[in-house]
Amino acid sequence: MHEMTHEAITAVSYLRWVVLLPLLGAVVNGLGGAWIQKRFGKGAISFLACTPVLGAFAFAVAGFLHLRSMPAESRVLLDHLFAWIHVGSLNVDVAFQLDPLSAVMILIVTGVGGLIHIYSTGYMHDDPAYWRFFAYLNLFTFAMLTLVLGDNMLLMFVGWEGVGLCSYALIGFWYSEWANASAGSKAFIVNRVGDFGFMLGTFLLFWSLSDAGHPTLVFREIVDYVPLIEGYQFGGFAAVTVITLLMFVGATGKSAQIPLFVWLPDAMAGPTPVSALIHAATMVTAGVYMIARLSALFVLAPATLDVIAVIGAATALFAATIGTTQNDIKKVLAYSTVSQLGFMFIAMGAGAFAVGVFHLMTHAFFKACLFLGSGSVIHAMHHEQDMRKMGGLKKWMPQTYWTFVISTLAIAGIPFFSGFISKDEILWKAYSSGHTFVWLAGLCAAALTAFYMFRLVYMTFEGECRADHHTQEHIHESPLSMTAPLMILAFLAATAGVLNWPHALFGGSAFSNWLAPVLEHGGAHDAHATVHAGGEHAVETIEYALMVVSVAIALAGIFVARAVYGTKTLSPDTVADLAGGKIYRTVYNKYYVDELYEATVVNGTLALTRLSAWFDSNIIDGIVNGSALVVRMVSWVNGQFDKYVVDGMVNGVASATSFFGGRVRRLQTGSINAYLYVIVLAVIGAMVAQVL
Amino acid sequence: MAAIGLTHFLVVSLLVFLAGMFCVLTRRNAIGILMGVELILNSANINYLAFARYSSGNYDGQMFAIFVIMLAAAEAAIGLAIVLGIYQTFHTIDVDATDTLRL
Repeated sequence: MHEMTHEAITAVSYLRWVVLLPLLGAVVNGLGGAWIQKRFGKGAISFLACTPVLGAFAFAVAGFLHLRSMPAESRVLLDHLFAWIHVGSLNVDVAFQLDPLSAVMILIVTGVGGLIHIYSTGYMHDDPAYWRFFAYLNLFTFAMLTLVLGDNMLLMFVGWEGVGLCSYALIGFWYSEWANASAGSKAFIVNRVGDFGFMLGTFLLFWSLSDAGHPTLVFREIVDYVPLIEGYQFGGFAAVTVITLLMFVGATGKSAQIPLFVWLPDAMAGPTPVSALIHAATMVTAGVYMIARLSALFVLAPATLDVIAVIGAATALFAATIGTTQNDIKKVLAYSTVSQLGFMFIAMGAGAFAVGVFHLMTHAFFKACLFLGSGSVIHAMHHEQDMRKMGGLKKWMPQTYWTFVISTLAIAGIPFFSGFISKDEILWKAYSSGHTFVWLAGLCAAALTAFYMFRLVYMTFEGECRADHHTQEHIHESPLSMTAPLMILAFLAATAGVLNWPHALFGGSAFSNWLAPVLEHGGAHDAHATVHAGGEHAVETIEYALMVVSVAIALAGIFVARAVYGTKTLSPDTVADLAGGKIYRTVYNKYYVDELYEATVVNGTLALTRLSAWFDSNIIDGIVNGSALVVRMVSWVNGQFDKYVVDGMVNGVASATSFFGGRVRRLQTGSINAYLYVIVLAVIGAMVAQVL
Repeated sequence: MAAIGLTHFLVVSLLVFLAGMFCVLTRRNAIGILMGVELILNSANINYLAFARYSSGNYDGQMFAIFVIMLAAAEAAIGLAIVLGIYQTFHTIDVDATDTLRL
């Protein structure tokens, strides 16, 4: 099978440009951006930043068409750049691999990314550090493309860390405010925890594969060889379970799942296009992509899949409840993103990888549109993000309003919008694979999603404007560079469902078929068969029934939102005051998770720091000071010896010379007569001595 | 009375030398000392010539005498120049007053 795989690969040399063009843009803008902006203006920066991403999109489309023209079973393109690490049995190359899964990802990253680049030229127009923003944005695109195109775990990890770094840099883009800078640090540190798990998982995987005689980190080969390690054990647990759980820890960090989701809401400190691109459409889906990429490994560990499904469902529900209480427009969308990522993990856990990736794609469309729409609102409201000070904006911003509503209908799961197709499929897979409680939690989360999204729409766009008079005067529709991406994304959010129209609605599930050669079909398949036992007809009946239930519950959520925030027949205060307001306060304060982390992890770390500081200042410094004291005493003795013995000898010679010199000096009288007498007497003396 | 011989010349030379030596040792005037030095040099000249006449047959003695005269001229020139310098500095030519090099 190994040999076969290799023969099926088609080598190409244009894939590298998908990755390298954004890198080129990042380098040019990063190194020369300040000068270019001063010399040629912001237009040049926009051109230098958008062109590489749009070029990468063109190459991505070319790659996609190339793949489509090939037979389904051999759809792999490989662009091998150079040998990277060849040490012992470890062989890692820098090579980019395009297969149906990475094709979907690069189309999203470059397509949605390109739209967001264009949008940013309008949104960031007044920012003095315009060039820096685009340098980071291009660098992020480069890292994300490396992540999804890398053909081995290490190259993927390079991208994985690279997007984390760019995320950090962009969250703290307005770093002069302490809160923004610390939000960036929080994101980075929380991600590091996850990355640690991911790295351990990678090491264990390589170790196990080495044991099995096939040391490799290349995805194509991992897929071939993982069945060999199925029976391996680590400390009493199946090796594949340990590996996949560790990798899932990495996924919870990057994709903001319980327990590592806390960084994502804070990440909203960054500019809104960043929230749309990194913290909604692309980077946070890296965990989902990683699990899909290694689906062959994950299906071997049913226990891990169950954990993933439960965590996903818990996160979806948990974040959705928080989303209902937030007043910051971006915070609502942030918790919505966490919740939607939970849905993707439900799909992964149910073994329906293709469905999860499909939701990833539709979510990229409608959530990017929602974030960019909120950015448009924030832009118009002079950086006001509190929805309590908005309202009635549809009067001023019709284009933003309509694109926002379309995306809201998509995320709420209204029939035939893209979100309905993808989310409903996830719930159906969860139910049909036997995860009834997961399905129930997902259903509740879907209802809450419909509620909080329409709450957002009603509070922002409908009713009376609650902004102060001065702000109201300046509300305006955003420029075309911002509304055009909104319209394109809204169109995709509305229609992307046709790509994976389910069988139940007489579609062909084209998207799932497209991904089928790459992905494994896990537990869903078997459980599907058990449901199938009741007959084809019964299955379809259940599927229709569930569809009706989820639509009904979404509509219920919308009507409640309308009753509370639209027609105001139900006061939000009465809901909040239920159970003495305690429930509301707990949810509003995000279940005190941040406080919990503050009390345990942060304070624990600080206590450890203080202990280390005490140890440092008392024990280490004591040793250092003690040795310094000994040295000082030795050198004092040395100094005394020098002063009295050595110097004494030197001074003694000098004073002896001085003493005798003083005596001899008397001879030097300065009187010529005296000298002559001496000379004459000496000569006489010498003559007398001669004679005698 | 015997003819004048070597001894007579040597006696004259000794007398001149002693006169010069006396002059050098007793004078405090720099010029006087220089004059005494000239006397000593000339007593040496008399010795050269006398020994040249009565002992050897060649002219070595005369040659040295000429050298000494030349040397005496140079010495007088330099000596007088020094004396002039001393006079300009100290406004006296008393050698006992010029003891500033003494510590």
